[in-house]
Amino acid sequence: MAEIPTSDYPTIDPTSFDLIVSGTGLSASLLAAAASVAGKSVLHIDPNSFYGSHFSSLPLPSFLSYISSASSSPNLYSDVETSSESLPEPSRSFLVDLVGPRLLYCSDETVDLLLRSGASHHVEFKSVDSSLVYWDGKLCSVPDSRQAIFKDKSLGLAEKSQMMKFFKLVQSHIALTRSGTTVESGEEAGVMIPEEDLEMPFVEFLKKQRLPPKIRALVLYAIAMADYEQDNGDSCKMVVSTREGIETISLYTSSIGRFANAIGAFIYPMYGHGELPQAFCRCAAVKGALYVLRMPVIDILTDMESNKYIGVRLASGQEIFSSQLVLDPSYEIPASLSPRENIVSSNLSSYVARGVCITNRSLELNSANILLVFPPKSLHQEQLTAVRALQISANVAVCPSGFFIVHLSTPCEDAALGKEYITSAMKALFNSRELPAESVEAQTKEEGESVEAPTQEEGETKPTLLWSCAFVQELREASYDGAASICPMPDANLDFRNILSTTRKLFQNMYPGEEFIPQNSAPDNIDDDADEGSPE
Amino acid sequence: MHGRPRKSTMQEDPIAAAALAAKSARLRELLPQLLHFHHNRIYTKEAVSVSSELLKINPEMYTGWNYRKLAFQHNLKEVSDTDTIKSAVEDELRMVQVALEINTKSYGAWYHRKWILGQKLVPANFDHEFRLLDKLLEGDARNFHGWNYRRFIARLKDVSEEEELEFTWKKIKSDFSNYSAWHNRSVLLSKLLRKKAKGFQEEGNIVPGEFEKVRDALFTDPSDQSGWFYHLCLLQQTSTPPKPYVVSSWPFDKSTIEISSQFKEKCEKFPIIFCFNQKVDGVSLATVTVNSKLVSGQHITWKPLSANNSRKSKIWLAFLEIFNENYENSEPLSVEISVQNIVHLNFVIKLSYTDHQGKNGDGLEQLFSWDCPEKCRNLQETSPDFVYFDRWRVSYEDVEEDAKCHLVTLSAEIKHIKELLLEWDESKFGKLTLARLLGAQNSVKSGGRSYFEETLKLYDDLIKLDAPHSNYYREERSLVLLDQLTSSKVSLVKCCNRCENSSYSYINPQLCIHFSGLNLSRVGFVGRLLWVQILDLSHNNLTSISGLEALQLLVCLNLSHNQIMSFTALEPIKCLQSLKVLDLSFNEIGSHPVDTTWYLCSSPLSNTCNVTEIMEEVARENIQIWDFWEAILLLKSLQLVQLDLQGNPVTNEPFRVLVEKVNPSLKWLDGKPVS
Repeated sequence: MAEIPTSDYPTIDPTSFDLIVSGTGLSASLLAAAASVAGKSVLHIDPNSFYGSHFSSLPLPSFLSYISSASSSPNLYSDVETSSESLPEPSRSFLVDLVGPRLLYCSDETVDLLLRSGASHHVEFKSVDSSLVYWDGKLCSVPDSRQAIFKDKSLGLAEKSQMMKFFKLVQSHIALTRSGTTVESGEEAGVMIPEEDLEMPFVEFLKKQRLPPKIRALVLYAIAMADYEQDNGDSCKMVVSTREGIETISLYTSSIGRFANAIGAFIYPMYGHGELPQAFCRCAAVKGALYVLRMPVIDILTDMESNKYIGVRLASGQEIFSSQLVLDPSYEIPASLSPRENIVSSNLSSYVARGVCITNRSLELNSANILLVFPPKSLHQEQLTAVRALQISANVAVCPSGFFIVHLSTPCEDAALGKEYITSAMKALFNSRELPAESVEAQTKEEGESVEAPTQEEGETKPTLLWSCAFVQELREASYDGAASICPMPDANLDFRNILSTTRKLFQNMYPGEEFIPQNSAPDNIDDDADEGSPE
Repeated sequence: MHGRPRKSTMQEDPIAAAALAAKSARLRELLPQLLHFHHNRIYTKEAVSVSSELLKINPEMYTGWNYRKLAFQHNLKEVSDTDTIKSAVEDELRMVQVALEINTKSYGAWYHRKWILGQKLVPANFDHEFRLLDKLLEGDARNFHGWNYRRFIARLKDVSEEEELEFTWKKIKSDFSNYSAWHNRSVLLSKLLRKKAKGFQEEGNIVPGEFEKVRDALFTDPSDQSGWFYHLCLLQQTSTPPKPYVVSSWPFDKSTIEISSQFKEKCEKFPIIFCFNQKVDGVSLATVTVNSKLVSGQHITWKPLSANNSRKSKIWLAFLEIFNENYENSEPLSVEISVQNIVHLNFVIKLSYTDHQGKNGDGLEQLFSWDCPEKCRNLQETSPDFVYFDRWRVSYEDVEEDAKCHLVTLSAEIKHIKELLLEWDESKFGKLTLARLLGAQNSVKSGGRSYFEETLKLYDDLIKLDAPHSNYYREERSLVLLDQLTSSKVSLVKCCNRCENSSYSYINPQLCIHFSGLNLSRVGFVGRLLWVQILDLSHNNLTSISGLEALQLLVCLNLSHNQIMSFTALEPIKCLQSLKVLDLSFNEIGSHPVDTTWYLCSSPLSNTCNVTEIMEEVARENIQIWDFWEAILLLKSLQLVQLDLQGNPVTNEPFRVLVEKVNPSLKWLDGKPVS
């Protein structure tokens, strides 16, 4: 991944492919792998010297220059703000995800795809140790299982019952849905949630189950991972329906215990999320795709008469032809090309505010990797979106031991507001070391001595923030015009499910009738020579 | 068990089947070799290795383990070298470990391991044993062999109970459905409380904390049985008084008993009965003193009353003999009894000469009628005679003190379980526990009418909610109902009438208690009914009459229209020596040969009662006595005057003949006079 001056480009032979993919983001890499598996000839290039594009994990200095440099992707990243110029050292040992905070559910389709394609041979995962929620100014564990409810110290006895009853209802519904019992609707078979309830907003359903506000918040934001305040009724931007809520819980519960060595529902890839697109690229390479890095596309070639796409001109000057083209979201498609069709996405926000923090202590004793949710209104009354945070540690090889990286994100329309949420979440979690001496003095003078004692007390419990960075990323959606597809930017979600379904749609548009990475497409001899045809 | 479905162990894999066949072939080869070595006491290395191979194939082969024990002892008999002993012990332990890896639930293997370590030939490697256990209990947290072995090792190493208690909590924290962990906790806790270990002196400081711990499990998933078992254990801890005490007696303290001279010709036995709150033993002349003119020179024997010949009983009985000469002296005789100087009892026996007129003989010549006219039912007017109610309760100060402490805990628990039922209104364990808690509370401090109504409603709900266990709930409901009926004079009077033709017994007055048509399936609260002479339990659902053995004064008993299925179920009646009238009509006697709820019923071989003669006599009548030996044993031990057996499957002509033969005293059978 060293940055080598890119003066002489290699010549590519042959000059005609079924598919040219430029950019090695997750979606692009999946498309390259899927097309290769389907027997298409694929040329996969990237202007960067590393894999992953907007989905990569970069050493801290490279990360900063990637999101700050105007040249890399104009308009995609903005409002970059760091706590200090000096980076914690050794700065190159901190691997920062561009897509953070992000996780995979053990039963996630992404995991299935990794297994199906054989990409799982190139990535290792570690589980998330604990799931927390910020409530009443405190961090509480999320009672996400029977045992967790039993152990939970913050729930009252009645709340434990209510939570468990709700889980039992959902589990019985899931079990019945899975077994497809429309015929046998016996009394002993359990309870199914009626159809009209599935259509109602999830929050209304939870109210109907007479769950108290705290449990509603836990279920909505820390388990069903809703992004927006759901209690607003009609003014809510994205209402989660009961069906969607139940689906996420179903995924959540089926994830717990899927892998014997995974503790909870979530796993995180060793060396960061940048490993995922790389793993799919390896799969594509095994199936014959040709890989060239540091190779920008400088022009898109169109047929003079029909004005349709026919190929690309590379930075080397070489012209390569293909019937299909997949581009990174940072490319501006010439308006001359035929009208584009947006791949439907449910994301309504146009931005996501992200934050990266480096600390020297874990948020919770005896846990290294922690998922944390700030439900709407938990930071302050006007907070309309949930802020999610993920602490990762040296055990996933993203930082030196003794350090922790905390990723934060929240969807937003107004960049300033999004960043404000991120900064207040950081303030709630950490003590700032960077606070200049005189401002501390000023504070104490203004507010009197009474504030001193609690500040000191908190100082003992909160980890110290060594360095932080906040920025805003534009959410660009995937689009397609018959021959040229544009991949989506990383979304504001916790998982890759939406990215995956968008990618699947792109693939189906490109190759109708072809299966998207079918079962058993992993090469048989993958274990023996996993390195053969590796994209390096 | 405990709500976890068992997985099918059936294998239909042909490869596995072939492997199994090969294994059994090898087993058949090895077994004769082992037996040969065993019988000829050959303990060479080669011989022992045969047992190793065999046990690796089948660790359940206990002869193999026994052989190894003998070999082990034989081979080490003359060895004093510690290293040799050590390596022999290690070899055996390794062998057991291999066997346990094949089958973690092999009794023989576990026992062998305990045996080896129990020899204490070399210091045990406890770290290794605990590591082994940790591994085992991680794989199968509820393997009871593992828990058993853990208890063994903990005792061997002298690990404190406090430490083991902590371990159970660690296991529960990782899985609160771990019944074994809860169970071990209950065992350890009651041990610590019993020996009043440091920090466990005050039950009132410990038990509420334990209730709190288990509450989290109950509220999280009340359909999980494990926590409820622990809760029940805690409840028992809080509701059982630490020491036994007398709850009732017959005669009552300060009472006057009138004995009619009806039977003045005979020497009469006058029963004295004590009913304790729990089973006790050792009631004897050493612990009970009796002072009275009446008893001078008499040897009094105290006998536990239980139908299964146990030495422990709640009910203890002794007889005072009233000789003819006592009748000559018309002065009342006072009797003083004290039990270990705690309970003092004073009563007076009055002998009356008043002969009832117009009656022939002992009054049982006439067929006894259970129907009572309505006017007899009204007892309020005649209540002055009616001395026997409200007297059964005996109270003690230290018991009260204990009860106060329990009451606080119980009330708190009742509140919590009611909260639980607000959330889980269908929880059967919740309802049952609430009923039990209310019962425990009521036994300490009377809850009055509302208690009975609430508890009866809970059991009614449970009968509907949990049909498979409805018999148990019906029995519990019966007990609550009997508690209610016998709890006060007012309620008992309603079930009572006075027998005007009162010449069935020698003790006055004669009152008939009617507990008929109440859906009773169990008898209880006999301690409050010790004085009853005439009892009507007809038209209930009784399958057993366990408990009735305490009613020593019983003369007439009506059990008609119940569900008694065999004569063994009537075993308690054998203790009722004064019983004269027995109505067993319309039961199911004969439909089931032996009542399986009685494990210790008498057999024809038992020599408690000499029946050889009668057997021979009956055999001469050409009756298959082996079909009726239970009936013979029962009837032979009684002197019934009237018996009704109509409407039972057992009744047929040969049986009638047999009954008459066995019962020479019988005057009425099935409502007809005996010729």
